[in-house]
Amino acid sequence: MADTKAPSASASTPLRPLKSKADAKAVLLRRARELALVPALLLLLVLGAFVNDAFLTEQNIISILGASAALAMVVLAESLVLITGKFDLSLESVVGIAPAVGALLLLPAAQSGWGTELPAGVALLAILVVGAIIGGFNGILVVKLKLNAFIVTLAMLIILRGLLVGATEGKTLFGMPDAFYTLATTTFLTVPISVWLAAASFGVAGFFLKYHRLGRALYAIGGNADAARAAGIRVERVMLGVFVVAGTLAAVGGLMQTGYVGAINANQGQNMIFTVFAAAVIGGISLDGGKGTMFGALTGVLLLGVVQNLLTLAQVPSFWIQAIYGGIILVALMIARVTTGRAQD
Amino acid sequence: MSTPLVEARGIAKRYGPTVALADGQLTVHAGESHALVGRNGAGKSTLVTVLTGLQAPDEGTVSFDGEPAPALTDRDAWRRKVACVYQKPTVVPELTVAENLFINRQPQGRGGFISWRRLKTEAAEVLDTWDVHVDPEARTADLKVEDRQMVEIARALSFGARFIVLDEPTAQLDNREIERLFTRMRALQESGVTFLFISHHLQEVYEVCQTVTVLRDARWITTAPVAELPRAALVEAMAGESIAAVEEKASRGDVDAGAPVVLQAHGLTSESYEGIDLTVRGGEVVGLAGSSGSGKIELAESFAGLHTPTGGTAQLEGRQLPFGDVTAALRAGVGCVPRDRHGQGLVFGMTVGDNATMSVLDRLGRYGFVGTDRKRGFADELIDRLDIHTQGPDQPVSDLSGGNAQKVVMARALASDPRLLVLINPTAGVDVKSKESLLARMDSARDDGTAVLVVSDELDDLRRCDRVLVLFHGRVVAEHPAGWRDHELIASIEGVDHHG
Repeated sequence: MADTKAPSASASTPLRPLKSKADAKAVLLRRARELALVPALLLLLVLGAFVNDAFLTEQNIISILGASAALAMVVLAESLVLITGKFDLSLESVVGIAPAVGALLLLPAAQSGWGTELPAGVALLAILVVGAIIGGFNGILVVKLKLNAFIVTLAMLIILRGLLVGATEGKTLFGMPDAFYTLATTTFLTVPISVWLAAASFGVAGFFLKYHRLGRALYAIGGNADAARAAGIRVERVMLGVFVVAGTLAAVGGLMQTGYVGAINANQGQNMIFTVFAAAVIGGISLDGGKGTMFGALTGVLLLGVVQNLLTLAQVPSFWIQAIYGGIILVALMIARVTTGRAQD
Repeated sequence: MSTPLVEARGIAKRYGPTVALADGQLTVHAGESHALVGRNGAGKSTLVTVLTGLQAPDEGTVSFDGEPAPALTDRDAWRRKVACVYQKPTVVPELTVAENLFINRQPQGRGGFISWRRLKTEAAEVLDTWDVHVDPEARTADLKVEDRQMVEIARALSFGARFIVLDEPTAQLDNREIERLFTRMRALQESGVTFLFISHHLQEVYEVCQTVTVLRDARWITTAPVAELPRAALVEAMAGESIAAVEEKASRGDVDAGAPVVLQAHGLTSESYEGIDLTVRGGEVVGLAGSSGSGKIELAESFAGLHTPTGGTAQLEGRQLPFGDVTAALRAGVGCVPRDRHGQGLVFGMTVGDNATMSVLDRLGRYGFVGTDRKRGFADELIDRLDIHTQGPDQPVSDLSGGNAQKVVMARALASDPRLLVLINPTAGVDVKSKESLLARMDSARDDGTAVLVVSDELDDLRRCDRVLVLFHGRVVAEHPAGWRDHELIASIEGVDHHG
């Protein structure tokens, strides 16, 4: 069987040119779709410069970035899950509960902690571990027990929020050591470490998704799980891993949020998941799985961050900001639908 | 004779009480194209899942080149021996062709990261080697069916497999594409690839295959060189009925030739069928037969508004029948039992009464409100009329057996007193007794002057028809008046008699 010959190319059908103009155009168009939000982002920047002189200042840009870092981490986490064709709503509760557990482990009982008073390094590690465990638990329910991801993670969202409120008795946790705030307060080249970390995470995730077999496996699973399985990808294991990674990333996002706010409120992360989904979908991540890039998701985050900042600078009355913000998300979705020319499901 | 490339002996596979395969046998020699034929449910698909290592047989052995088949978990070993191109694509639509060829084995450069340049050149090489003219950079979802099949074949060959199973590859192709596929198959065969070719179209078997194996009723019937098995003998082997079988007993009374025409269709065309002319009189039962890709289901669905034709007209009792709109079709007087009672037929969480009256609620009350008592009465009447075994209209449909659930679908179709009744696979997955009572409905519809159109794979369903039209690749190729013999109908369904 080894000496099998290939059929001679000249045998039957006349050779079609491998790369016709139409093909090249289709490839170009596909690339362009990844950049679909860039013009919108630029337009907003120009618009912002006109609306308010303070907008295009270095200080304001850094403030936008700093405010978006935590959201960016959660969007990154959610995008990985979405590309694999699943859902994780509970990430917003992870943002709250993971840093809270860390804080409770080191705070003395007098400051409503658990009184274990562990060293800060261990508490920080515990934050990541909590995120990973929650992600793993979600993953087992969804992947092994084959429960519906939407409803399982919705239940987890509620449970974790309830645990946080219960554990803190609704109080705000503060007085943690500096290590808890350092992500947001320490700067490198005048930009907070949290921004660098978020940017690096997107870079690594994007590279991994593009250039590693495991990264490509996420797309294969999200696009056609049966085909992925037939190709020898361990579908269940990879999905479980994605849930764990997503939980961990969300925990990091929670730590950034803690540093940004300076305390842990029992509501930390609440309602964040809607913005997370909006950013991911505007950025071209498909809710059906198998589609989307990290670059797109990042532009989605930045777009929402800029819009939020603009609304504040334009002195829109704070009572109306939410309605306008929601409206802009809707418009952005419609624009994305039109410019990408394909259903944004 | 040399060792066969693939040999399967005494394969048996059961799913619970269902025997999918009782005695499957297959011997394929290197370099031939081997056909596997049999009617629906003969066990072809089961044999393929065993041959490709997706399932272990309950009994029997499979060997490749004289060696026993690898363990079920060793996917890589299986992939080097055999590959199957299914009707359902096993590619990831959003990825490029190049990446689909190398999923999970992308060429890696430094540090274990994928080298896209090498991926592209290697993909181009594979496609070039096997003469597949597809841009490796194209999105796989954008490919035509025939190109997608060729990509899947090329992928299988690039794994080192030289035994390729093609599971009804022609079902979704048009004639020109089928010709191209066959040219390709012959070229690949010359270069040493062995095919197992599964098709419902027997003339295709004669066109590309050298040997044929016939399965019937989950058993191996015969294996013979194609040249030594004339068409009549092949059909006989598949149908299990000798040509000299007893003449069918004369059927029912003829339809009154003067009965009014209820349905008249002219030149109906869509992507599934072409230029269909059809006339059905009141009280006449017309059957539509054909293989799975023949367009018979789409044609029937067109009249019920579930499929939209691109050309042609249809008139129901002289009035234009609107296309592509179920509500309008219902109002015009079409009742339909859709093809799949799980998918389109029933809302399983709802009660028997709700399901049966779903399409006639507007008659049971005013301004969109539904009178509970009237609905109940109406549902009771339907339950009675169709002999549905249920505790009453308030029982959820999900509690019912397949046969009774199907009667509920039939009840809903009849609820609106249709002028044209479209039945698509009305007895699929239904026990014998329910089948009888469902078929009896066809007869009573005849008595009250309703026109009935039946699509079915079951010969028993079609036997009740006044005439049966056979579709083949979207065209009506034969018409059999009642009293046909099984082998005649099967021959025209499989596309034998009208091709040579």
